[in-house]
Amino acid sequence: MELIITIIYYALVAFVSALLIYNLIKSKEWQKEILTIIVLIPFLLRLFMLK
Amino acid sequence: MTPMLRKIVFSVAGLLLLIVSGMSFYESRNLKEPVVVSDGVTKVVRLSTYFSPLQGTANDCNIYILEGKEPGATLCILGGTHPEEPAGRLATWLFAENAVMSKGRLIVVLSANRSGSTVTRVGGAYPPDFTIPTSWGGQTFRLGDRWSNPLDQWPDPEVYIHYPSFQELAYVDIRNLNRCWPGRPNGTLTEKTTYAFMEMIRKEKVDIVIDLHEAELQYPVISTIVAHEKGQELAVIASMMLTDMEGFKMGMEFSPKNLHGLSHREIGDHSDAISLLFEAPEPFLDATRGRTTREQLLTGQDDFVVKAGKHGLLFEKIDEKGWPIDVRVGRHTSAVLQVMSSWTEAYPDKPLVCDNVPRYAEVIARGTGAFLRAPAEARQDRLFHE
Repeated sequence: MELIITIIYYALVAFVSALLIYNLIKSKEWQKEILTIIVLIPFLLRLFMLK
Repeated sequence: MTPMLRKIVFSVAGLLLLIVSGMSFYESRNLKEPVVVSDGVTKVVRLSTYFSPLQGTANDCNIYILEGKEPGATLCILGGTHPEEPAGRLATWLFAENAVMSKGRLIVVLSANRSGSTVTRVGGAYPPDFTIPTSWGGQTFRLGDRWSNPLDQWPDPEVYIHYPSFQELAYVDIRNLNRCWPGRPNGTLTEKTTYAFMEMIRKEKVDIVIDLHEAELQYPVISTIVAHEKGQELAVIASMMLTDMEGFKMGMEFSPKNLHGLSHREIGDHSDAISLLFEAPEPFLDATRGRTTREQLLTGQDDFVVKAGKHGLLFEKIDEKGWPIDVRVGRHTSAVLQVMSSWTEAYPDKPLVCDNVPRYAEVIARGTGAFLRAPAEARQDRLFHE
């Protein structure tokens, strides 16, 4: 059960990361682009199992 | 600058941040800590020896066993239950690298929650490691955290229901080794770890388990022995002897019967062993501390904590000298040795006699590093890593 929840959790992290990258590509304001990158870093650190 | 070029510049900057921080986290998680075992260590096994599902997990830690020349009782010391309380881990290092049992048996655990030692508090800006100076250059240790690494056990539930009491505890404590005793074989990684230790305690017929900790000065359970009712007499005598003979104050408190998940309660309830927990002062943990640095961790000096003391907000004294790591480690080594000698006086037919481990005054005089052994000079079969 714990393993299934963990897999779902990592799938969610990957999905949110993909959404953030999509937002970064579509964004037209530089402030939002910086904000998106700052938000994205902890998601990627978790996705790559670094922190 | 075109929007696309701007996005590329920002993304490269973000990627650099990711790489730099990621490398730091990776190195911290995989830092090898050498242990040059003493001649008294007769066997080194893994925790999974006692519960095979732990094999291959982050918490399959080393168990150092020191068989005495003569039979006697068996004492187990747990270091690293909360890795961010380093005096507990360092004290177990001194036992593993120096102790020789002449009577009885000693089991030493340096990284009870090994997973917790591979991460620092998220958002806490903790240093990833610290170095104890030695004559051969210094030994670096992972700082660690209070809880198991979220990379090894995640996500946390909304409410943590402790097993088998069904008491509601803080959600994050589902990753706290000292809230997961006695564990269960089909639980989380942290619960499986405490279950494995319970199996070890039962199979090795351990008589006394000592769990080494440190506490913030704003926490009332400090500079004390917390004892299960089975160990009351032993803890009282050890407390009196330490306070009288060694020159530092050591109290004694009863383990609350209705507070579950803690080693001093559950090990005593679920095995034949006496369970004790020692607390030493660590200003690094205080919420009112200043900068969270390696220096603060090792010197225990902090102007803000001193100021809190002047306002009567602390449960332990502190001045500008702080609480240096050698003082905290020495308290633990002396307290363990005192428990052994008090036990031996009470049960001469099941003695515990340990030689070659420095006591409080000696650790302060020579420094913790004087008792750490150089891995470069060690025989390969005596060298292990945590």
